[in-house]
Formats: sequence, structure tokens, C-alpha cells
Amino acid sequence: MAHPRSDTAPTLEMRSISKTFPGVKALSNVQLQAWSGEVLALMGENGAGKSTLMKILSGAYTADPGGEILIDGQVVTMGDPIAAKKQGIAIIYQELSLAPNLTVAENIYLGIEIANRGVVNRPAMADGCRGVLERLGAPFGPNTIVGTLSIAEQQLVEIARALHANAKILVMDEPTTALSSRETEKLFALVKQLRAEGIAIIYISHRMAEIYELSDRVSVLRDGTYVGTLIREQITADALVRMMVGRELKGFYRHEHDPSKAVRGEVILEVRDIADGRMVKGCSFKLHAGEVLGLAGLVGSGRTELARLIYAADPKIAGEVILERAPRNFETPKDAIDSGVAYLTEDRKAQGLFLDMTVKENVNLGVIDRDAYRFGVLNLAEATRRAGKAIEALAIRVASPMVEVGSLSGGNQQKVLLSRWLETKPRVLILDEPTRGVDVGAKQEIYRIIDDLAKSGVAILVISSEMPEVMGIADRILVMREGQIEGEVGGTSGHAITQENIMALASGVGLQAA
Amino acid sequence: MSELSADAKQKFISADRAAASRKIAMKGMMQALGMLPILVILTIGFHLMTDGRFFTGQNISIVAQQAAINTVLAAGMTFVILTGGIDLSVGSILAASAMVGVIASLIPGWGLLGIPAALLTGLFFGLINGSLVAFLQLPPFIVTLGGLTAIRGVARLIGEDQTVFNPDLSFAFIGNGSLTLIPGVLSIPVLAVIAILVILVSWFVLRRTILGTHIYAVGGNPAAARLSGIKVWRVLLVVYAISGLLAGLGGVMSAARLYAANGLQLGQSYELDAIAAVILGGTSFIGGIGSIWGTLIGALIIAVLTNGLILLGVSDIWQFIIKGLVIIGAVTLDRFRTQGGART
Repeated sequence: MAHPRSDTAPTLEMRSISKTFPGVKALSNVQLQAWSGEVLALMGENGAGKSTLMKILSGAYTADPGGEILIDGQVVTMGDPIAAKKQGIAIIYQELSLAPNLTVAENIYLGIEIANRGVVNRPAMADGCRGVLERLGAPFGPNTIVGTLSIAEQQLVEIARALHANAKILVMDEPTTALSSRETEKLFALVKQLRAEGIAIIYISHRMAEIYELSDRVSVLRDGTYVGTLIREQITADALVRMMVGRELKGFYRHEHDPSKAVRGEVILEVRDIADGRMVKGCSFKLHAGEVLGLAGLVGSGRTELARLIYAADPKIAGEVILERAPRNFETPKDAIDSGVAYLTEDRKAQGLFLDMTVKENVNLGVIDRDAYRFGVLNLAEATRRAGKAIEALAIRVASPMVEVGSLSGGNQQKVLLSRWLETKPRVLILDEPTRGVDVGAKQEIYRIIDDLAKSGVAILVISSEMPEVMGIADRILVMREGQIEGEVGGTSGHAITQENIMALASGVGLQAA
Repeated sequence: MSELSADAKQKFISADRAAASRKIAMKGMMQALGMLPILVILTIGFHLMTDGRFFTGQNISIVAQQAAINTVLAAGMTFVILTGGIDLSVGSILAASAMVGVIASLIPGWGLLGIPAALLTGLFFGLINGSLVAFLQLPPFIVTLGGLTAIRGVARLIGEDQTVFNPDLSFAFIGNGSLTLIPGVLSIPVLAVIAILVILVSWFVLRRTILGTHIYAVGGNPAAARLSGIKVWRVLLVVYAISGLLAGLGGVMSAARLYAANGLQLGQSYELDAIAAVILGGTSFIGGIGSIWGTLIGALIIAVLTNGLILLGVSDIWQFIIKGLVIIGAVTLDRFRTQGGART
């Protein structure tokens, strides 16, 4: 693609970068160029490969052979994060990597402390970083404890650390997610200042407004491939959305359940003005028996938090959960389960499975109290029967029900967790990223299970960051943005289920009249 | 693919599955047995080194008696450590329970009251530990470290810092009686019978009840346990209560053996032997992994070691040093062994 600055060598160039994880090709032949003194925005859906690409740049991952990284025209190897740092690359992640119990100066000098025979020289370190703090206009001194600073100020410490290490290339991964609008403005001013100082900035964001405001060029990734780059004059929301989504749906999704249930089915679950005071700011919707309702939105828009509120995994501060016309105030997940509501977590390893326990135990955990004899004595015969049935029904590939779940593949682990919830015979099933980290074959099987459940009258709410998935399986889709339900597509909303419509709602551009 | 080869393939798969099942069963055995080889080697070693004085009916009976109280405490400790916690207060609870038990046994005509009195005392302190961990969500180490000190003080307070005696202790048979299995050859001390019963009941609770499954679940993944509908607070409360109750039982056993109790000395550092038994038994300090059989073997290793070193005439000082080194060495060995057969 022609580029106004193609006469000079880029400060950073990544050529033919591929990355294969076991079973998954995360990046395929991706390229990226960044010049000093510009802001390059990097866009793409969740899972498009942005993070993987940046982890290769930072040396956290090693690219497959064949790819090249050039700094100022010279091929370099990024064996590890220290090598990347030496090349002048600094990355500021969404989760800041500061030690909150140490001072600003100690954080900036972490690993490169000024010391005399092992005794750190605090005054020298404080003096050493005063310059960079002033340059950034930091409202705090070098001896402030980092934990006492706001998120925006901590971000400033990270930037200061990068500049102090003479970074030439600064990557910022969704830096405004946790910032207020005033803090965001300040950050923008700072980004512009750094650009003027000649730093190459790679800015990852989903927010259209930020892209307009800051970026000189935008590169777009999709499904691990490089789609293209737009220069400032070419940037429009339409063009970007088309580049990010443009993908065909194949015969991957089965849809045998009755889609009219999404409109005419009996309302099983109703949520009214539910809020947690942080991430969820008043959400209301109705869920019908026999429908698959999608819940889309960008990462951080509050989808998981909303689901956890309904399930009473987190305390709500306002709103009502109404199950079959009766208000229910679930205090704990146990109450929700007993009322027929089940929630499949997005993080099966940390929040769902007991990896050291067997498939049998994991499948039965939700129902052992229902099956048990008197005095809480386990009904082992019933547990064996249930486990055998689940392994067969969900085609879980496992040598024996006595295998530890931790030894199974991602797809089979997910099916074990799903079968735990199916055994509780839920009437409302909330699935949070049901196919995350699951291979394609298992994905299709999970979609069929969801379809079968809807056919049998279960009301299903599916949270998904993968647009084709949520579009493929849902009858209608609610789109969340910044803790609220921004709008609906499909059903009676009058808006078609299209990627453009969903992206428009998710990024706050708004729907055009139907 | 022809029908024949499909059939052959099917056979192949089932053979494969059978082999996998066998492998899993083997692995389970290995895990349960864990330290058994070390116990066997120690036993044989001591038998040879003491010219056959170790493995005699009489000495085995003594070892069983010595192992009994620690086995009971370690069983309670297993419940707690399986949830990822720790109970440092069991030695002090044992002392306080024994004091209450002996004092209650002095009531004329109601001597047997000493048993429930001691058990309830243990349960009471266990419930306090459990409440602090479950409701205030304080770290178990801190709670029971405080308990270790405070309950020791309570034990001394109960007897006004004196030793209490009861030469006519009505439940003395617990400490000194034995059941004759083969007259003149083999008899088994009542203390050991109690310990075996505690192990069997613990096994049943851990492996055959909802509570047991919930204990493993809470220890393995507390966040998932909560989302699966397990009342985590109740599980925590119960395990500390069980540990307290079994420490109370340990108090009964100690008092019955000595006809006396002393708030200052009784049960000093028993928590360390109990923890050592659990860890030797292969239970993970993080929680979620372990078995009561391992704990039994761990307690027996400690008892065999103590008894064998005494028979060899090793000085008290060297006994401490050797015991400590054996514990570290055994767990190191175990680490290498389990790493070899790591998860596939």
C-alpha cells in the first residue's frame, strides 16, 4: 500500500509474522510498519491476533520461523523481553505491571537499581527520574508509593518507566479502558506530545472516537491475518468495520430450534434495572423459553459482570431478577442453581473445573446433594450412571470417568463443565464464552448442544466475543456498551443481525435507521 | 474403510481404553500408597539394626499405642489441610480438653462424663477457629497461631496451672486396655483401635459423603466451588470443628493414658507431628489433593522412627535431628517420584 512516508525506512517493521499454538494458527503472515513520530492504531475484533502480535514484539512469544522484525532497517531477534527492551520497545498493557508497594522511583528503576555494593541509593534514583516525571507533567514526586496513585497516574508511571529506558517504540494496549473522560483527554495530550518528540506509538483500541482523534494510520487484523492499512484521510467508521468483520458464515451453525420463541415464547427470566455500582449500570431484558439470546459487546463492556449479577455470584446494588413472574432475590449461586438457573463461566480453569478431581466428580458436583442418600452419603451408582451418560451424550473423549479433568483437552474440559450444568436440569442457562479455547470440531458440537437445549425449551443466554458465533447461534442479540444495553438486533427490534449493526452498537457509533 | 477393519479399530480402541483405565487405577494406588515403601524400609531397617527387637508383638503394640494420638490429630489435620488451611492449635486444644475431661471425671458417680466434656471442649474451640476462618475470612495460619497460644493459656487457667489427677479414672481402659486377638501372641491397644476407627470414619466422610466431595472441591478451587453452589463457609466451619473435635478425642486418650492432665506440658508441639504426618502422607499443602491413608502411613512413619531410634539408644538430641531430616528427605523423594509420573 502506498504510504506518504515510504521514502524513509520505518522505525519498526514486522514482516511475515506467523505464530502457531498447538492446534491453532493465531497469526498468519502478518505485517506491520511504524514510523517515528506517528501514532499507528491497531484494530481488530477480540481474538484477531493483536495481543499475540504485540507479545511477539515484546519478546514474550517467539514467532514461527520465517518472520522478521526490523528496527531502523536492521533485522533483530527478540529472544526475550529483555532483548526487546534493549531495542527500545516498551509495552503498556491494560493490566499495569507495577509493584504497588514500592515508590515511583523504585518502580522506574526496577531491575536497574542504582546501588553501591548492593545497597540501593534512593536519593540518586529519585533524582534520576525527576527529569522524566517533569517532562510528562506528572503531579506526583518520585518518592510517592505507587499504590496510592490513581490508575491514570499509575499509567503515567509506566510511561515514565518506558521513556526512562529510552523507548523508541511505545505500544499502548487499550489505555483508556479504566480512565475517566478528563483523564482520557490528558492521556491524549500526552500521546500527542510523545509523537511530537519522535516516538513511534502503536495504539490498540476499539473506540472509534480515539482512532479519529489520535491516529495517523490504522492497521487492521482479522482472524490472525493482516487485512490492510488506512491512512488518516481514508479512515471512516464504515471502512474500518467492514475491514474488521468481512467474513462469510459457513454451514457451521445448526439452527433447528424454533426462532419464533424469541418473540412468542413464555418469558422465563426477566431482569430489571440491575446494577452493581461498578461495571453494570442498570440493565433490563427478558429471556424467553426456547430461545437463544446473544449478549454481544466489547471486552470490558460488562457482559460477564451482568451474568454474574443474575446468578448472584456478585452482589447487586439495585434491580430485580424475576423468574417465572416471581421476583427472586438470590443470595448465593446455590439459590440460583436451586431455582433452575445455571451459569457456565468464561474461565473454566480458574472458576469452573476442579482440575485435580475426576470427570465423574466434576460432572456430578452440582447434583450430588439431590442424588445422595440420608446423612449426605453419596449415591455412587447414580454418579457413575450420570457420568457415563454425559460422556456419551456430549461425546466427551476420555478413557474413563475416573480420569482427572486437568488432563483433558480444552474442548473436552468445556463439555465436562457444560454437562455439570446440564445435570442440574436448568430452565435458564447462561453460557459465558462457551467455546473459548476450544477447537473447531468441539465448537460445532457445542453449538449443536445449545441448539438441542433450546429445542427442548431451555432459555439460553450466550455471551460471546466472537461475532460469527453469536450471530450464528442466537435468535436475537443484545449489545452492551459501557455497562448498559446499548441496543438489540434481530427479534422485533427491526434491525437485522449484521456484524455492522452489532459493531456500530458496541462501539457507540449508533444504528442507522432500519 | 471396510467393515472388518472398522471392527478391528473398535477393538483396538477398547483395548486402549482398558489399558488407560488400568494405568489410572495404578496411579491411584501409587498415590494412596505413596510413602508405604519408606515405612516398610524403616521397619525392616530397624528390625535388622536392633537384632530383631523391633518387629515383635509387644513392640508393635507399643508403636501402635504411640502412633494412636498423633494419628487422631493428623486425621483432623487432613480435613483442614485438604481445604488449603492449617490448624496449629490442636496441641493446645488437646491439653484444654484433657484438663476438662479429668476435672469432669472427678464428679462422684459421673466419671464417664469426662469423655463428652472433653469432646465438647475440643468441638467448641474448633468451632471458634472455624468461625473466624469462615465468617471473618481471616487466614487460618493466623487464627490457629493465636489459638495455639490463647488455648494453651486457657488450659493452664482451667487447672489453676496445676496438674490434675484422677487415680480412679473411670475411662482409663481407653488409655491402657487392650483387645486380645490371639491370646498370648497378639493384642491390640484400645488407643490403636480408636485411631483405626477414626481413620475409617474419616475415609468414609471424605470419599463417600457430600461433605467430603465439597472439602476436596473447596481445597482444589474455592472460586469454582462457590460458583458450583457449594457453601464454602460451611465447609470451612465444619473442617475446623472436626479438627477440634478430634483434638478433644486426643485429649481423652492422653488423659486416659496418664490418669492426669497438665495444662502446661500436655500436647506441646503435637501440632507439628500431626502436620508432619499429613505432609508425609502426600497431602498437598495448597489443598484439594491427598488421602487419609497417606496420613495413616505418615503417622506410622513418625511413630516407627521415634520407637526405632529409642530402641537403638540414640540420644534425644539426635532423635530430633534425624526425624527432621527424614521428613524433609521423604518429601523430597516423593517430589521426584510424582514429577516422574506427572500429568499427561
